[in-house]
Amino acid sequence: MSERITRDDVVHVARLARLQLSEAEIERFTEQLGDVLDHAADVESLDVGDIPPTAHPLPLVNVTRPDELVESLDRAELLAQAPLVERGHFRVPPVLGEEP
Amino acid sequence: MSAIETARAVRAGERSAVDVLEAHLGRIEAREAEIHAFNLVTEDSARAQAEAVDATVAAGGDPGPLAGVTVALKDNMCTRGIPTTCSSKILEGWIPPYDATVVTKLAAAGAVFVGKTNLDEFAMGSSTENSAFGATHNPLDLSRVPGGSSGGSAAAVAAGFAALGIGSDTGGSVRQPAAFCGVVGMKPTYGAVSRYGLIAFGSSLDQIGPFAADVADAAALFDLIAGHDPRDTTSIADFVPSAGAALDQGVDGLRVGVVRELSGGPGSVEGISPDVIGRTKAAVEALAAAGAEVEEVSVPSATLGLSAYYLVAPAEASSNLARYDGVRFGLRVDGATTGEMNTATRTAGFGEEVKRRIMLGTYALSAGYYDAFYGKALKVRTMMLNDFAAVYDKVDVLITPTAPTTAFLMGERSQDPMTMYVNDVCTIPSNLVGHPGISVPFGVGDDGMPVGVQVLAPATEDAQTFRVGAVLEAAANSGGAS
Amino acid sequence: MTDVGEKTLPDGWELVVGLEVHVELATATKLFCGCANEFTSDPNTNVCPVCVGLPGSLPVINAVAVEFAMRLGRALGCEVKPSVMARKNYFYPDMAKDYQTTQYDQPTSIDGELVLGDGAVVGIERAHIEEDAGKTTHIGGGGRINDAEYSLVDYNRAGVPLVEVVSRPDIRTIDHAKAYVSELRDILLATEVSDAKMEEGSMRVDANVSVRPVGSDELRTRCEIKNINSIRSLGRAIEYEALRHVDLYGSGEAPRQETRHWDEAGGRSTPGRSKEDADDYRYFQEPDLVPLRPSAGVVAAIDAGLPMLPAARRTRLAARATVSTDTIATVVERGQDDLAIAVIEAGADADKVLTRIENDLAINDWSLVSVESLAVLISMETDGELTATQTKQVLAQLARGGGEPKTIAADLGFEAMASDELEVLVDQLVADNPAEWTRFTSGDDGDRKKMQGFFTGQIMQATRGQADGRAVAEILGHKAKG
Repeated sequence: MSERITRDDVVHVARLARLQLSEAEIERFTEQLGDVLDHAADVESLDVGDIPPTAHPLPLVNVTRPDELVESLDRAELLAQAPLVERGHFRVPPVLGEEP
Repeated sequence: MSAIETARAVRAGERSAVDVLEAHLGRIEAREAEIHAFNLVTEDSARAQAEAVDATVAAGGDPGPLAGVTVALKDNMCTRGIPTTCSSKILEGWIPPYDATVVTKLAAAGAVFVGKTNLDEFAMGSSTENSAFGATHNPLDLSRVPGGSSGGSAAAVAAGFAALGIGSDTGGSVRQPAAFCGVVGMKPTYGAVSRYGLIAFGSSLDQIGPFAADVADAAALFDLIAGHDPRDTTSIADFVPSAGAALDQGVDGLRVGVVRELSGGPGSVEGISPDVIGRTKAAVEALAAAGAEVEEVSVPSATLGLSAYYLVAPAEASSNLARYDGVRFGLRVDGATTGEMNTATRTAGFGEEVKRRIMLGTYALSAGYYDAFYGKALKVRTMMLNDFAAVYDKVDVLITPTAPTTAFLMGERSQDPMTMYVNDVCTIPSNLVGHPGISVPFGVGDDGMPVGVQVLAPATEDAQTFRVGAVLEAAANSGGAS
Repeated sequence: MTDVGEKTLPDGWELVVGLEVHVELATATKLFCGCANEFTSDPNTNVCPVCVGLPGSLPVINAVAVEFAMRLGRALGCEVKPSVMARKNYFYPDMAKDYQTTQYDQPTSIDGELVLGDGAVVGIERAHIEEDAGKTTHIGGGGRINDAEYSLVDYNRAGVPLVEVVSRPDIRTIDHAKAYVSELRDILLATEVSDAKMEEGSMRVDANVSVRPVGSDELRTRCEIKNINSIRSLGRAIEYEALRHVDLYGSGEAPRQETRHWDEAGGRSTPGRSKEDADDYRYFQEPDLVPLRPSAGVVAAIDAGLPMLPAARRTRLAARATVSTDTIATVVERGQDDLAIAVIEAGADADKVLTRIENDLAINDWSLVSVESLAVLISMETDGELTATQTKQVLAQLARGGGEPKTIAADLGFEAMASDELEVLVDQLVADNPAEWTRFTSGDDGDRKKMQGFFTGQIMQATRGQADGRAVAEILGHKAKG
């Protein structure tokens, strides 16, 4: 069984998830996530050997669509929902860092 | 009057859809303030829909199989031109530019949408207390929760605000509130109902399902919303719903299994209350009396369901909820950079339970933990599929309680996530394996609140759940549940 | 000094390069929705709920994109495998869902190879399907990303289908890196899966560069160089990066594994901002899409439909001619090898055919040059009916206006000069220039050479180039011997 989730783990995960947690939230989440993961110890400690994983409950394969044009959205209707728009674009604050 | 009877009468010109609607709006007017089933009552568009139905009938046309039937729609399904919030501040005010497939189908059938119903934020919860817009109360006892996450739709049907309700069920979110509110709720086979336009929580678990006051109405609604949709890759290509036709088949000779691990007896998960165990036993006896062959069966991996679910669902959710970033729609809280804006928006926009599950899911997927948590949980799904397949070699359907208890008091479990999560222990397995399940009211518990009994069936045999549900309902109505 | 093609690495160092090439597939619509695969339109006009990542939307994969990906895989000699789509989770404003739908541990194609013009083999690790991102324009601060005041996002390109072709680190010279890219481009064009325009971004190359001591087989820390917009840039970027590594090692340091951006104007690469969480992408199988499992029949049909590829075309020519691999590669690259083969099969001398095509048919449109006319022309040259100069002129005329080589030659006055006519001319020249003739017959080697040139020049002048140089030399030699 792996180590109980730490405060540092919680801080790291919050950054990955783009959430800002208060000190109290960090404390609380460390405790609560630890409880849930403790409960998951029955799964974690399981000897699952070479059982294959199931990501889909039903065994569907090869579902595709034809390469045919479908009408796009009306831009005005789309942009009407955007927080900030400029010249037909979604406007955002400066993007620091590189595209991954 | 049942939904089926209402539709018949409206189509025949015996009742006007506007009158039907006004009766429901009247009840909403009277009790919505204390129940808070809705995030939005769409009175005006509902009147327009009802008038259109009446006009079609007057012109000699057929408005469709749900003509004039009122429907309460869970507020996590997209409605073009009508706000869709998921009961989250992050989507407050968002107006989708498109309709969910289920909405398109219901509208085409002549249904009248009375409103968008409350839910636990992003469907994460079992009590409808985790709503950014306030909790929903159980219409049968306002001090109690209606269950969740589709608590608003369950409460709306129970309170007579709408004849039918639409919910979504990721770990029991239709069946458990149906049980708590004393109505019928059903989770279809994964892939039976299109998820297009359903705002995702756990994509491999989510299914849209019907609520109704009785099994026949739930079957009619299921038959209407189920079927293949090319816009949902995971929808079953050749699924033909036939619930209505199964209702009067009875259970004579049907093999019914009682799942030991979810029975409350020896070898079962803990926490199932004695009154719920008692009602479930009574339901099994009623089926035996109706000619079913009953035996106890074992689904060993069912005990692992809760753990597996609370890894898989949050993992998928953590990814599904990444798009709420303040760029394209919904809430934006400004920041000096896009990254800071993303963080400020998400921090302000998501409630605590959503944050908790995003954190849990992000952790379960992150480097170094994937194999121990998410990877293992997927293997548990395989084990469960194998176990269910083995059991269904022996029996046709399975019986379990829907929820371990009756509706609990508001605030009672909201402090400790784990005690809330165990609510889903009986419903979760069918989500993990994609099988159908129905909850049918079967008497009341010691507190006078309704108890729901769950019927599970193999994938695509949705009709079997309605077939058995109809027998249980008849037994309950004739006093067999007491 | 180790020759790495364009420049050189200091003695004792070897270049190690692997290339990752993103190829835009030439489908009509995007990878997961029916929006046009066209991103030069007005911003945000080729978009829908799916490619803008609106809540509730679901992807459905494009059958033609899948077919193109498999076709490319087979063209690269890969094994086409059952594959699944995965989510790569990271926040970036032009990635609409804040995850990229791509392939991770089960890509469509693995283990291929690409054979370069000179016979060198570069291994292909994998070729996988993924979606493109939208486009972010940085406003203010001179357009530099880190100085911008704000940014604008256009999702027209979001969801455009890509295949990423990942080579093994088998490339040891800059020339091979460039040849790899141009060979891949030729394969893309031959298989018609992409228009492969590097300058327009439909083929984007990232280079993983490291160096190591000659004779070592270690793989040292590599840097990934992005933003390479042409084959020329690729050479410069690799050279810069390799020398930078050598310098670092020389001063007792070591490069850091990082992504760097090539600055073509400045002739240097700069490090990308390091992101501490960048490598925790939390990949997991995309629950909204189902696995792709091409049957053996599907793969066989793809194989049957593959055109002859550049490597096979080169082999085909090499089997018939003794010209250099460069000549063969050039003719194949220009797509003139089918013509060459047909002309050779019509009986023309293979080496002469290829040399003429390489040197004298370096044009975009040679459609007026028929197999028959070129075969006749080459035969006229080899038979001595036309001189080399005349042949070139006739060929140029053929390419401009078509026609029969014999007619063109006649029109240009290139009547084959009978050797007795030539003899008369030579006799006359000898009589007119006795001093020169004496130097030719009795002078030293230098004199003889000079005078042969003099007489040949005079005859060419007199015949306006119609005389065959070899025939003139023969007559002169014959006369000198008496």
